[in-house]
Amino acid sequence: MRRFLIGTLFLLLLATIIYSCQDAGQIKQDVYYVNGRDLYIKHCQNCHGAKGEGLGTLTPPLTDSVFLKSNREKLACYIKNGIKDSIVINGIKYEGTMPAFPELYDIDIAQLLVYISNSFGNKQGMYTTESVATDLKNCK
Amino acid sequence: MKLQISIPLSLFAAAIVLITSCQGEKKLPILGPRTVETVKKPDGSSGVDTVYKTIPNFSFLNQDSVTITNDKFRDKIYIADFFFTSCTTICPTMHRNMKEIFEKYKDNPEVMYLSHTIDFKYDTPSVLKKYAQKLGVDNGQWQFVYGSKDSVYKIAEKDYLVAVIEDSTAKEGYIHQGWLVLIDKQKRIRGAYDGTDTKQVAQLMKDIPVLLSEDKK
Repeated sequence: MRRFLIGTLFLLLLATIIYSCQDAGQIKQDVYYVNGRDLYIKHCQNCHGAKGEGLGTLTPPLTDSVFLKSNREKLACYIKNGIKDSIVINGIKYEGTMPAFPELYDIDIAQLLVYISNSFGNKQGMYTTESVATDLKNCK
Repeated sequence: MKLQISIPLSLFAAAIVLITSCQGEKKLPILGPRTVETVKKPDGSSGVDTVYKTIPNFSFLNQDSVTITNDKFRDKIYIADFFFTSCTTICPTMHRNMKEIFEKYKDNPEVMYLSHTIDFKYDTPSVLKKYAQKLGVDNGQWQFVYGSKDSVYKIAEKDYLVAVIEDSTAKEGYIHQGWLVLIDKQKRIRGAYDGTDTKQVAQLMKDIPVLLSEDKK
């Protein structure tokens, strides 16, 4: 009995250590995600919807994981500079323009991208502020 | 002892049930200013009557470049709002919510929608048509109309009681309110709901059948 108790306590301790040692990266991503959600509600939700569902063929949904993945480096440019050409999402063509958000800082864009690319059925991990800065330099 | 408490308690409960069940059928209020006028009754005598605010005659170009008037909404109830197609602030939310109502009453020809553009510079009928198609509501039940600045802004403020202002300092050039205004078959205002607030839109959804059943009697 005594041995059992000590054993359980030891295991518990081990579990706690492992849990608290969860990599700092995950915690940072969670922080970005939560902040990103606030920014999304403020700047994006009007048109793209609370579930990223879009609006008719006026506004594309944000649920096309393949698009998000294959255009990963362009996403920051889309937000900062807007979109003027038509784009194809989930096989549907969307015409018209997306407004630019020049007032957003790199870190805002990173947080927004973490939220969007890890919500609405997407799961694409972390965006750092540095990678946003690099992507923005390469905008066409 | 137990019995003594339970008797008044059950009486009280019965009273509540009776009171609530005696409530008449729900009716929507009639909004806007009203006046009392002396009217001639059919039998020749004169009496006083309350005159409610009604939407006056209008004439606008719709998304098919056809002139429409109040006749289009004869014997219909309709929801009116003011928007512009390039608006990215409250309009998409308003129309997302309105579309939900539209989908729900798609098969009911008695329910219609009337969206006025306040962007008289850009939102010509062809732009409105494209917008309606893209929103997925282009079946005629939802009318999108274009008019001169004066006519639209005047009907907004004086009649639908919605504030719209052209303001060059605003990011998109216009300031306007997001009310969805419910109009009955006698052209009276029966409700105004903030189209960006899900709770108020849910209330509008509940009020539509109330208004429809009122006309059945």
